[in-house]
Amino acid sequence: MENTSKRYWKGVEELRNDATFVKNANSEFANPDSIESSKDLNGLLGGSDTQRRDFLKVMGFGMAAVTLAACEAPVHKAIPYINKPEFTFPTISDYYASTFSEGGDYAAVLVETREGRPIKIEGNQQSSVSKGGTTARVQASVLSLYDIDKLKGPKRGDADIDWATADREIVNQLNSVAGKNGAIRIITSTILSPTTKAVVADFITKYPTARHITYDAYSVAGLIQANQSSFGKAVIPSYDFSKADTIVSINADFLGSWIAPIEFMNAYAKGRKIGAIGGGKKTMSRHYQFETGLSMTGSNADYRTAIKPSQEGLVVAALYNKVAAKLGGTSIGTASVEVANLDKAAADLANSRGKALVISGSNDPNVQTVVNALNGLLGNYGTTIDIDTPVNYRQGNDQQMNAFINEAKAGRVGAALFFGANPIYDHPRGAELAEALPKIALSVSFADRADETASLTKYITPAPHYLECWNDAEPKQGYYSLTQPAITNIYKTRQFQSSLLTWAGKPNDYQVYLKNYWETNYFPETEEFSSFEKFWVQSLNAGVFEPNSGQVSGGGAAFAGNVAAAGAAIAQRYKPTTGMELALYESVGIGTGAMANNPFLQELPDPVSKACWDNYAALSQKTAHDMGLAQNDMVTVSVNGKSIDLPVLIQPGQADNTVSVAIGYGREKGGKSANGVGKNAYPLAMIANGFVMYTAFNVKVEKASGSHVIAQTQTHDTVMGRTAVLQESRLASYQKNPKAGRHEPKVQTSKGETDATDITLWDGYGKPNHSWGMIIDLNSCIGCGTCVVACNAENNIQVVGRQEVINRREMHWMRIDRYYSSDAEAEDFSALEVASANPEVTFQPMLCQHCSNAPCETVCPVLATTHSTEGLNQMTYNRCVGTRYCANNCPYKVRRFNWFKYTDNDNFDYQYNNDLGKMSINPDVTVRSRGVIEKCSFCVQRIQEGKLTAKKERRRLEPDEVQTACSQACPTNAIIFGDMNNPISTISKILMEEREGRAFHVLEEINVRPQISYLTKIRNKDEELSKEANKEVHA
Amino acid sequence: MSHVTSAVRPPLVTGGKTYADVTEDISRQVEGAPTREWTIAFTIAVVVLIYGTACVFWTWWEGLGVWGLNKTVGWAWDITNFVWWVGIGHAGTLISAILLLFRQKWRTAVNRAAEAMTIFAVLCAASFILMHMGRPWLAYWALPLPNTFGSLWVNFKSPLVWDVFAISTYFTVSLVFWYMGLIPDLATIRDRARSKVSRYIYGAFAMGWNGSAKTWARYEYMSLILAGLSTPLVLSVHTIVSMDFATSVIPGWHTTIFPPYFVAGAIFSGFAMVQNLVLIIRVVFKLEDYITIEHIESMNKVITLTGSIVGVAYLTEFFIAWYSGVEFESYAFINRATGPYWWAYWTMMTCNVITPQLFWSRAIRRSIVWTFVLSVVVNIGMWFERFVIIVTSLHRDYLPSSWAMFHPTLFDISDYIFSFGFFFTLFLLFSKFLPVVNMAEVKAVIKSSSERLPVSVSGVAKGERVANPTFNKDVE
Repeated sequence: MENTSKRYWKGVEELRNDATFVKNANSEFANPDSIESSKDLNGLLGGSDTQRRDFLKVMGFGMAAVTLAACEAPVHKAIPYINKPEFTFPTISDYYASTFSEGGDYAAVLVETREGRPIKIEGNQQSSVSKGGTTARVQASVLSLYDIDKLKGPKRGDADIDWATADREIVNQLNSVAGKNGAIRIITSTILSPTTKAVVADFITKYPTARHITYDAYSVAGLIQANQSSFGKAVIPSYDFSKADTIVSINADFLGSWIAPIEFMNAYAKGRKIGAIGGGKKTMSRHYQFETGLSMTGSNADYRTAIKPSQEGLVVAALYNKVAAKLGGTSIGTASVEVANLDKAAADLANSRGKALVISGSNDPNVQTVVNALNGLLGNYGTTIDIDTPVNYRQGNDQQMNAFINEAKAGRVGAALFFGANPIYDHPRGAELAEALPKIALSVSFADRADETASLTKYITPAPHYLECWNDAEPKQGYYSLTQPAITNIYKTRQFQSSLLTWAGKPNDYQVYLKNYWETNYFPETEEFSSFEKFWVQSLNAGVFEPNSGQVSGGGAAFAGNVAAAGAAIAQRYKPTTGMELALYESVGIGTGAMANNPFLQELPDPVSKACWDNYAALSQKTAHDMGLAQNDMVTVSVNGKSIDLPVLIQPGQADNTVSVAIGYGREKGGKSANGVGKNAYPLAMIANGFVMYTAFNVKVEKASGSHVIAQTQTHDTVMGRTAVLQESRLASYQKNPKAGRHEPKVQTSKGETDATDITLWDGYGKPNHSWGMIIDLNSCIGCGTCVVACNAENNIQVVGRQEVINRREMHWMRIDRYYSSDAEAEDFSALEVASANPEVTFQPMLCQHCSNAPCETVCPVLATTHSTEGLNQMTYNRCVGTRYCANNCPYKVRRFNWFKYTDNDNFDYQYNNDLGKMSINPDVTVRSRGVIEKCSFCVQRIQEGKLTAKKERRRLEPDEVQTACSQACPTNAIIFGDMNNPISTISKILMEEREGRAFHVLEEINVRPQISYLTKIRNKDEELSKEANKEVHA
Repeated sequence: MSHVTSAVRPPLVTGGKTYADVTEDISRQVEGAPTREWTIAFTIAVVVLIYGTACVFWTWWEGLGVWGLNKTVGWAWDITNFVWWVGIGHAGTLISAILLLFRQKWRTAVNRAAEAMTIFAVLCAASFILMHMGRPWLAYWALPLPNTFGSLWVNFKSPLVWDVFAISTYFTVSLVFWYMGLIPDLATIRDRARSKVSRYIYGAFAMGWNGSAKTWARYEYMSLILAGLSTPLVLSVHTIVSMDFATSVIPGWHTTIFPPYFVAGAIFSGFAMVQNLVLIIRVVFKLEDYITIEHIESMNKVITLTGSIVGVAYLTEFFIAWYSGVEFESYAFINRATGPYWWAYWTMMTCNVITPQLFWSRAIRRSIVWTFVLSVVVNIGMWFERFVIIVTSLHRDYLPSSWAMFHPTLFDISDYIFSFGFFFTLFLLFSKFLPVVNMAEVKAVIKSSSERLPVSVSGVAKGERVANPTFNKDVE
C-alpha cells in the first residue's frame, strides 16, 4: 500500500498530545475503577474539572446501575454483554473496598468482582485496625452471599408476601402496640455501625416504647462490667499484643475467637517473629496460657497449663497475689491453687512491668476485676492496654437480654424485632424465649433465612448479605469504615435500616441516610477535603476513614475497683471440685454458628483437633481411659437437667476431669449444610448473677449407647520424631546459633561427607526468568486456617462433606498439619504415636512444594504434570487420565483426586449443586472434572495476570506484586510468596539471611528440591530440662 | 525329533497310551456334549461374571470413589489385583518358553492349559489397568499415538508407559505362541469333526494345516523362535511391573531388589495357579494318564524353589532397611510387621515362606489334596504380598499428618470377583471347545517317555477307532 503522510487523529486529546494522554495511550482500559485510581475519581465527582467523557462515564454507570437494579431474578444463563456496562470488563476483576461485619466481628475488606459477581474477599491493607488481615469466616463470607437456602422475599408465617403488604401490616401493628403503650424491643447482636444505631434511635423516637437490646452469642459482658467498676467505663479497651513481652492468658482464645482475633493475631505475630522475617530481632514475646481445652491460642503458647474451669478464678487470684508479693500490692484471700507454671508466669510478669499483658476469657466480672487489678499493678494501662480507645466488637448486655426474656415470658412485650440475632438458637434461655414468642403480638425477624428464631416469628423481612448492603462500621473509637454493595440485591430483600426507616415513616433510602450521617458527623473531623463529595468518594474508595489513627493516645488509667471484694466473690464461687466440669468454647471456624450454613467453614478442620462437620465432647486421655471411653463413643453430657449426646474426641492437653464442647453447632434451621451437624451446646451455658457462664462445675458425663465417627482430616497426632519434617528449637539456643534445631542430612561419598542434596541424577530445570517460591514461618503461623478457606474460594475447591472427610478425601490444596509432641524415646515407635498429656503443638501449613525434582512429574504416563520455566509444578487437568501414580509418589501427599463428579451431584449438595452457588466460581480457575488429579498451582492464574499486567505496561513485575491467595490472606504474614530470582523481593531478602539460619526444606534428604522453605519453630522456653525434670513440669 | 530320556525317569504318560488313545482321550471333551460338571461350573462362572460386570459398570459410572481409596492410599486392591494376575500369567510363559528351551518334556502335558491361563490372566490384569484409571475412556492416551492435540506425547520416563509396552508385548507374544501350538490340534479336530459347522470353524482356525513334514518343520522352528522371544519376556514383564514401585520415592517401594523378587514371586504364584487348574482338569476330563503325579511333583519343586527365593527377598528387604540407616525405610518395614496391617504381613509370610517348605516332604509333594490346598494358600499369600507392598507402604509414608487407613468397600471386593468371573468363564470356554492338552506334543513324547505295556494289549491298528479307550486300564 502506498504510504501516505496523512494522519488522522482519533480525538482532540491525540491532537493536543498532552502528557497524560501519551502516558495512557497504550493502556487498554483507560480508567479502571480500582483503588489505585482514587485521585481520578476525586476529580471526576468533585465537579470542578468534570470532562465530557467523565460525564458520560457517570451517566453510563448510572444507567447500568439502574438497569442492573431492575433485574429481578437471578440470571440462569450466560448472556453475552451486547450492551456492556462501561466499567465491567469481561475477565478483568474489579475491587471494591467494603467492610465485613457479622455479630461484631470486623474486617476491612476488598471485594473482588468478576462480571458483576463478587467472587473473593481480600483484606484491605489501608485499615489500621484489621491491617489487611482476614479470618476464615471473612474469607468464607462470599459463599454465604450465594446461599441457596436464603429467603427470596418477605414472609408472613409460611406465606410469601410482598414488601408493601409487609410494611402496611407491620406498621399497623407497631402503631397498635405503641398505641397501647406496649413494649417494643429490637434485639440485635453487636452493631458496629454508628449510622445503623442512629436509624434505631430514629425508630425509637417514632415509637417511644421501643428499646434496643444487644446481646452476644458468646458474651463478654463480664469484662465490660468489670471495666465499669474498675475504671468507670463500660467498654472493652484496645489490647496491643505486639508491645507485650509477657502474655498471660487465662482461658482467652484471643487468636481464635476472643473479641477481635483479627487484630490480635497480627499484633501477636509481630512479637513472635524473629530473625530476618522479624526485622532481624532475636527476641520474642513469651506466652503463658492457662486453659481447660487445648485452644488454638494455647497451642501457640510457650508454656501451657491445663486447668479446670473451677480453678480459673483461683489461678487469676493466685497470679495476682504472686505478682503483688513481688511488686508490693495487697493480696486477696482466696484458696491457694497448685498448677504448673504459675510462679514462672508471675516472675516473668513482674520482670516485664509495663510490657506485660494479662487477659482472661471469663465472663465473670469478678475474675475480670482481678485481671484489671493485675494489669494495673503491672502498669500495663497506657502501654499494652489502651482504655481510652475502646473497641466496639462486643456490646452485648447479658442483664438486658435476661430482662427481655423475662418480660417476654410475662407477656409484657408487644413487639419484638430480631436483627442479626437468633436467640432461640444461641441464647442459653432460647427454649424459654421460644415458648414466650407466641405471646408477643408482633414479632419480626430480619434474618436471611427462616432460622430457629425467624421460623417462629410472625414476619420475616429478610435483610440482604453485607455484599449487597450500604453500611458503615466503627470497630474502634475513631476508626470508621464503609460497606458498599458489590452486587445488587439477588433476592427481594431489604436492608434492616431501610425497613426501620420505612416503619418509622422516614425516607427509606439508607444510602442517602448514610451519606448524610457521614456528612454531619465525620466530614467535620477532617480538613483534608474541599467538599463532602470528595471526602465521601475517597472514604468509599479507601473503605476506611481513620481520623484517630495517627494519634497516640495514652489510654493509661488507674485501677479504681474493689479487688478485695472481687477476690472474696472468687473465693465464694471457685472451689476445688472432684467431679467433671464443662467448658463451652467458640470454635475457630464456625464461631457462634451464625455462618454455620457455609460449607467452606463446615469443612475447615478445627485448628487443633482437625475435626470438621461436628462438635464433640473433648476429653483428656486419662479421663477417657478412666471412664472406659474411646474416640467416637457417644456420651451424654448433662448440666442442670439439660443434656446433649456427643461423640468423644480424645484431646491431648485437655484438663483431666473436664469436657469441652464447641458452641455454634446443632443448627436445626440453618440450611442444608448446617442442619443436623453436631449438637447445640448453648443450652448448657448457665446464667449466674446475670452473666452467661460458659463453664459449669458440676457436670455429669455418662457413656451413651452407640458411636458416631468424627470426621478428622488428620488422624495421626505426632510427628514420630521425624526431624526431617519438623524442625524446632528454643530461643536461647537460637540466639546462640541461628541454625539451632536444623536437621542437615549428610551423605558419605568417596570424597568425604557432603550434603544429601549435592548428589543428584537429575539435570534440573532452568528458571531463567522467575522462580516462584514461598517461605512459611512456623513461628508466626498460628494455625488459624484462613489460608485454607482463601485457597478454597480462590481455586474453586470442592466441598466433599462429612462422610468423604471420614473417607479421607477432602480436597483442600492447602492444609495445616498439626503435630503434638510425644514423651516417648526416639526409637519407641508405638509409644511415639501417643501424644503427651499436655503436648507442645506445632502447626505446619502444607501445600504443593513445587519440587524442582518432582517425583510426581516423572511417573505420569501422559505428561499431565510438568515443570514450568518458573519453577512451578504444573497440572494439566485436561490431560490427566487419573492413574493417581503422582499422588502416590508425592512425599508430601498434597495431590487430590476427584473421586466423584462433585458438581451437579445431589450426593454433594453444596455450592456447586445449584446455579446460585456456582456464581461464586472464580472464572480464572477450571472446575475440575471427575477422575483427574488436582493440587496447589501457586495461584498460577494470579501469576499470569500479574505478568500480563506488567507486560501491558511494558515493565518488569514489581517485587511482591503477585501474591497467592494464601499469602495474601494470612493474618500474621507467616506466608511470604515471591520471585526468588528477584534479589529485592521480600522472599529473596529473607532467604539470603535464613539459608544459613532457620530456613529448611521439608524432607531435604530425598532431594526433591522444593520451592518452599520453612523457618524453624522457636519456642521461648527455658533450655530443655532433663527428661525427668520435664515430666515433673508437665505433671 | 529324537528324544533320549534317562531310563530311571518315571514315564510321562501312563496307561500305555497309543497315539490314537491320545487323540481320543483329549478330543472327547471337545467333541462330546458338555458334561454336567462343566455346565454347573460354567453357569456359576457366568453368574459371577454378570454380577462383577454390573459392579465394574457402576464403578465406571459413579467414579472411583466407590472404592475405599483415599488421598493417602491411591492404589490398593486395583493394583494389587493387577500385579497378582500378571504374576499368575508368568507360569504359562515359563512353561511354554523356558521349559521348551530346556527340553523339559513334562511340560507337554500342561503347557496348553498354562498358556491359556496366561492369556486370560493378562486380560484380567489389563482390566484392572483400565478400571483403576480416573478416566478410562482416555486410556489410549498412554499409547504413543500420533495425535491432533499438538505436541502431546507419552512420558517415556514413566514406569506406567513401560508397563503399557511390557504388558501389550507380553500379551501379543503369548497369544501367538498359544495359537501356534493349537494349530495341529485344531487340524486334528477338524479332521475328526462330524458336523459341517465344527469342521468349518475348526478348519478356519487350523489355517489349512496338512500335517506334512514341511509344516511340522516350520511348526518346530516357529516354536523355537517364539520360545526365544518369550524367554526374556518372562523376566522383563514382571521386572517392569516391579519398577512401578521401585522407581518411586516411597519408602517400601524404592527398593532395588524388586525386579528379581517380583519375577520369582510371579513364577511362584503362576505355578500355584497352574496346579489348581490342572488338578481339576485331570480329574474332570479324566486325563490322569497325561497329567501325572510326576508332573505335579515337578511343579511343586518349582514352587518350593521360587517360594524360597521370595522368602530370602523378604528377609533381605528387612536387612537392608535396617542396614541403610534410612529412618523412613526402617519405619516402613517395622510398620509392615508391627503396624496396623501386621495381619496382612504375617498372612503373607506364612503363606509364601512357611507353607511351601512343606513340599520338602515327598508325601506332601505327591499328594493331590495337599498340592491343591497349598497352591490356594500360595495364591492367597501372593495376593497379600502385593497388598502389603502397596497399601502398607502408602498408608504411612513420609508425613505422619497424612497417614491413613485403607478399608475395602463392597466395590473393591466385587470388582475383584469380576476378574474371577471373567477368568473362569474364559477358561471354561477354552476347556470345552479347545483341547486342554497339546495332543501333538504329547504324541511326540509318547515314544520315548510313556509307560509301555505288552504289545498284544496295546497294539491297536493305526487309524482304527477304539470304542472304549479306557480298556487299557482294565488290563493294568
